[in-house]
Amino acid sequence: MNAANYLYISALLFTIGAVGVVVRRNAIVVFMCIELMLNAANLSFVTFSRINGDLDGQVMAFFTMVVAACEVVVGLAIIVTIYRSRRSASVDDASLLKR
Amino acid sequence: MQLALEVGQTAQPEAIMFWILGPMAVVAALGMLLVKKAVHSAILMAFVMVVLAIFYIAQDAVFLGIVQVVVYTGAVMMLFLFILMLVGVDSSDSLTETIAGLRPIAITAAVGFGGLMVSLLGRATLGRQAIGLSAANADGNVQGIAKELFSTYVFPFEVVSALLITAAMGAMVLAHHQRTTVRPTQRQLSINRFRGESLGSAAGLPGPGVYARHNAVDVPALLPDGTPAPTSVNASLEARGDMLDYKSFDLAEVNTQIEEEK
Repeated sequence: MNAANYLYISALLFTIGAVGVVVRRNAIVVFMCIELMLNAANLSFVTFSRINGDLDGQVMAFFTMVVAACEVVVGLAIIVTIYRSRRSASVDDASLLKR
Repeated sequence: MQLALEVGQTAQPEAIMFWILGPMAVVAALGMLLVKKAVHSAILMAFVMVVLAIFYIAQDAVFLGIVQVVVYTGAVMMLFLFILMLVGVDSSDSLTETIAGLRPIAITAAVGFGGLMVSLLGRATLGRQAIGLSAANADGNVQGIAKELFSTYVFPFEVVSALLITAAMGAMVLAHHQRTTVRPTQRQLSINRFRGESLGSAAGLPGPGVYARHNAVDVPALLPDGTPAPTSVNASLEARGDMLDYKSFDLAEVNTQIEEEK
């Protein structure tokens, strides 16, 4: 086995996450799929860090984790705010601007 | 054509670990899309994150592996589950397609994108062997990352700390809830009950399980005439589908003869 296999699994997980963002309706599940995509990118960073033999990739993955944590905090707060006013966590229901 | 990044073979135990955990992670990620309940999605997501943490540790990124467990499976997933419990279950959990033809298009696009990525990786060449992290980790992985973080990346590090504080502030502002009306007092609530449309709920709504055959929260109370009172069961239990069918508790006839015989 060579280290590139991790890259393949990272590509697969990223694709699955992208499908989830498009297909699912529950805003929280959509959010988890975004997290999955970020994690897949992190796996790529760590694998390339190993292939290239320096720690820059790992530092990048560390920054990605911090940004993901910020994103989760703000995103979930937005979901709670929308839920409070509309009583629904579905991404299809928040269509006030369309009408 | 040179194939697939001939970047050095990894040790045999790592290969075994990879071929066991890798497919499991992909299946769990697919399951995330296919399961109906968001809580099950969250648990599968936590599994994928633990597998990724193991992958990090296997690739000499010990610090990131531990951080992955602490931050993602610990804090982030806990936050997700917390919000799930807060928001509860509603129609958005169903898997029905609301935009016609979205799913086939999404799957086609995903197969195209995934195929592109995989074939790109298959054709890519790095032109050298994998170096591995034994030299970079010579002083220890944490020390190595700290050296990078506080020298080359010290400015991004400060920017990220500002981002964290801003995110915390943003969440506080978003979650802050200001009352626009005066909170009704107990006295006011009581007056409202008696001055409402009917006196039906003047004494408060019935509790679940009262006079029913089972004393449980998912069983509606029986009214004096034997009919069940659906208002006695919490609405969220009903939405979740956890309420027992109250028709089965409907008494066919109320036996009033016992009193008369006495």
